Amino acid sequence: MTEFLSSAFIYLAAAVIAVPIAKRIGLGSVLGYLIAGVLIGPLLGLVGRETQDLQHFAEFGIVMMLFLVGLELEPRTLWAMRGKLLGMGGLQVGLTTALVWGCGLLLGFDWRIALILGMITSISSTTIVLQTFTEMGVSHTPGGRSAFSVLLFQDIIVIPMLAIIPLLALPGLSASGNAAEARSATHSMIAALDGWAYAGVIIGSIAFVILGGHFLSRPLFRFIANTGLREAFTAAALTLVVGIASLMLLVGLSPALGAFLAGVVLATSEFRHELETDIEPFKGILVGLFFITVGAGVQFEVLAEQPGYILALTLGAMTIKALVLLLLAKLFRLERLDGWLLLLSLPQMSAFGFVLLAYAAQNNALPADMVPLLSLVIALSMFLTPLCFIFYGKVLVPFIQGDNKQVEEDEIDTSAPVIIAGIGRFGQIVDRLLRANQVNTVVLDQEPGQIDLMRKVGIRSYYGDATRIDLLRTAGIEGASLLVVAIDEEDQAVALVAEARKNYPRLPILARARSRPHFYRLCQAGADHAIIETYHSALALGTEALKALGAHPFKAEQQRQAFDAAEKESRSRLYRMWSRGTEGDRFSQDYRALFIELEEALSDIMQRDRADGHDRSERGWTPPPKRP
Amino acid sequence: MDEGPPRILILFAHPSIDRSEVNVELLAASRATPGVTVVDLYGEYPQLQIDIDREQQRLLEHDIIIFMFPLYWYSTPSLLKEWQDLVLEYGFAYGEGGTALQDKVLLCSLTAGGAETAYCSQGSNQFTLRELLRPLEQTATLCGMRFLAPFVLFGSRSALEEGRIDCHVRDWRRVLQALHEGCFDLAQAEKVDHLNDHLDRLTLESA
Repeated sequence: MTEFLSSAFIYLAAAVIAVPIAKRIGLGSVLGYLIAGVLIGPLLGLVGRETQDLQHFAEFGIVMMLFLVGLELEPRTLWAMRGKLLGMGGLQVGLTTALVWGCGLLLGFDWRIALILGMITSISSTTIVLQTFTEMGVSHTPGGRSAFSVLLFQDIIVIPMLAIIPLLALPGLSASGNAAEARSATHSMIAALDGWAYAGVIIGSIAFVILGGHFLSRPLFRFIANTGLREAFTAAALTLVVGIASLMLLVGLSPALGAFLAGVVLATSEFRHELETDIEPFKGILVGLFFITVGAGVQFEVLAEQPGYILALTLGAMTIKALVLLLLAKLFRLERLDGWLLLLSLPQMSAFGFVLLAYAAQNNALPADMVPLLSLVIALSMFLTPLCFIFYGKVLVPFIQGDNKQVEEDEIDTSAPVIIAGIGRFGQIVDRLLRANQVNTVVLDQEPGQIDLMRKVGIRSYYGDATRIDLLRTAGIEGASLLVVAIDEEDQAVALVAEARKNYPRLPILARARSRPHFYRLCQAGADHAIIETYHSALALGTEALKALGAHPFKAEQQRQAFDAAEKESRSRLYRMWSRGTEGDRFSQDYRALFIELEEALSDIMQRDRADGHDRSERGWTPPPKRP
Repeated sequence: MDEGPPRILILFAHPSIDRSEVNVELLAASRATPGVTVVDLYGEYPQLQIDIDREQQRLLEHDIIIFMFPLYWYSTPSLLKEWQDLVLEYGFAYGEGGTALQDKVLLCSLTAGGAETAYCSQGSNQFTLRELLRPLEQTATLCGMRFLAPFVLFGSRSALEEGRIDCHVRDWRRVLQALHEGCFDLAQAEKVDHLNDHLDRLTLESA
């Protein structure tokens, strides 16, 4: 236990120190984690043997990451990507494998080894790329989408690769039986099945993920959400991802792919944002841990032995990958900047390469002494990737955008949404008005029943506790043009306004106040504009009352406006008085005195007769005075 | 005008009716006259949102349109101007296919604070009232309407004290009645400066 805690401390501390510094100087978090790993591993020797085990565990972060990516991708969007996915992905993997194979043969490797090297080289690191894409905000550009298509295809293609590798066993190396063991360990359930039954099991599990995700998960989540226990929901979200991952492993499919599929199925669900928010921190920590283990696993003594050779291999492999990507960018007619993004984001090799290396060695398809060297090549390529991204962000983007800013601006189609927290009777009206004006709104409410109702009438709304700033973040508050706070609970509304104001000082915040004291508190918390919910309707009814008493409708309207103007002014004076009061005694003697004074002034304003000057409410139409 | 007596529509525009002295009496008299539709524009549209369709429908249903208002800066109060801007649409009142108002009559009944002597080339207002109403006259012309000389009360701020209101209201009743009965000399009424001094000449004996 002590050992576990102390090593956990070392990993966390290294991340806490290295990542902010790396981000600060513009290197991105990935490089920060890698450097942290190098520091605690090979350089300081603080961690050692457990790195390998930790890495397997940390790889689960990739599963979560793909689940999150899936959540962002509605089935419709995925279907629209199919051409790119198969075309681009297929060409990338095929061409890269073929080229590396050819080079390997030229360098004198056995054809089987060269083929394995080709396959390992062709796979890029989903983790690094997606993590950096999110950080740079390029996930939704055509370049980002293309890179993602390729990565997704790679995730699918590793399954047949795993099947091929045992067939490439070198006759020279004796079969130790490890292979069979490894196979039965992963494929325990299906080892005994024949081909047809196996196919049936695979199709069945995929169907289970899709149908279960669509029909079962929602009532289940609704049930859990209704209990109001936040941690129960988080646990449910984790159960979902872990469950799918183990199901996929059981039937021999990629767990990341299964999680991705589940994410896509849930992308249209009202629980989408809440799921994102719950999974996100786990994913972040695991992915970070993964990068640290990569850094910590670098064996400098291997590098010191033949630095030139290893560097040449790394750069050679990356160049080949980049050339293939360049060809794809031309073939699929990507714009200049998007082509560069594709080219610079994918040339590294993947952590999956480590797995393939170990697997190949186990299956006697690769001499065991090559593994450390090739692992180093993969790690080095990962180290170089953040540098490619920096080159893209710092050099290429300013350079090319300077050329054709016009084109770039046209492509931004994610219109800034308005986030509406609370979709009760009040929020609904706000939402309807905005929507009717083609404003893009994202609606959040923590009442699953309410969300259900809204969805039934076709309003895009999501379940979640809007007072959590991280949920607002997944709902897109960073790019939002406005936040409307319309939740029922007074204290929560104030807390939300304060929290949003603290994190986003420039975001306009409009809030619904339930009463005068609530109004003051919202203003104090930083709302730009608050409206007491009953004020305007009561004023409208009052105007009707004046009319019913015989006032001319226009006169009644003028009186309403005069009242409103006077009320606005006195409200701000009362607010100043209120905020001068102490926490316990907001409605002090002074406040009450001012209130009474202003009430009297109000009726004065209303009753001012034209005998003693111009009526405030009618100034514009006062005739000239009569001549004596 | 086709069969039946001409139908009269009064569009009344006064933003401050509770301190009106003359127009409020004219309004009451108009409301009491049979065959006259009276619309209080400020009463109907307190938030100044004019219903264009409803207003156009009213125009279609009447033959004689009367603007009744106090003269504000040589023009109508703003809501009546807004009414013109919105209701007299292209394709309805003018332009291609805009023949809805063809041959209808437009008459202004208004009150002016200044004395009649102020409304001439030597007076402080430099122009006669008829001249100052040229924008309305041309509006009517463009819509194919006949524009009558205005029915006006000058020096309206002192009319109450000088006991001129009753007489004015009585004259107004006479105009409305003659218009309603079709015994008003429209051709003459188009030519004079204002109607008030010529009522005897303009009201034909009902045949």
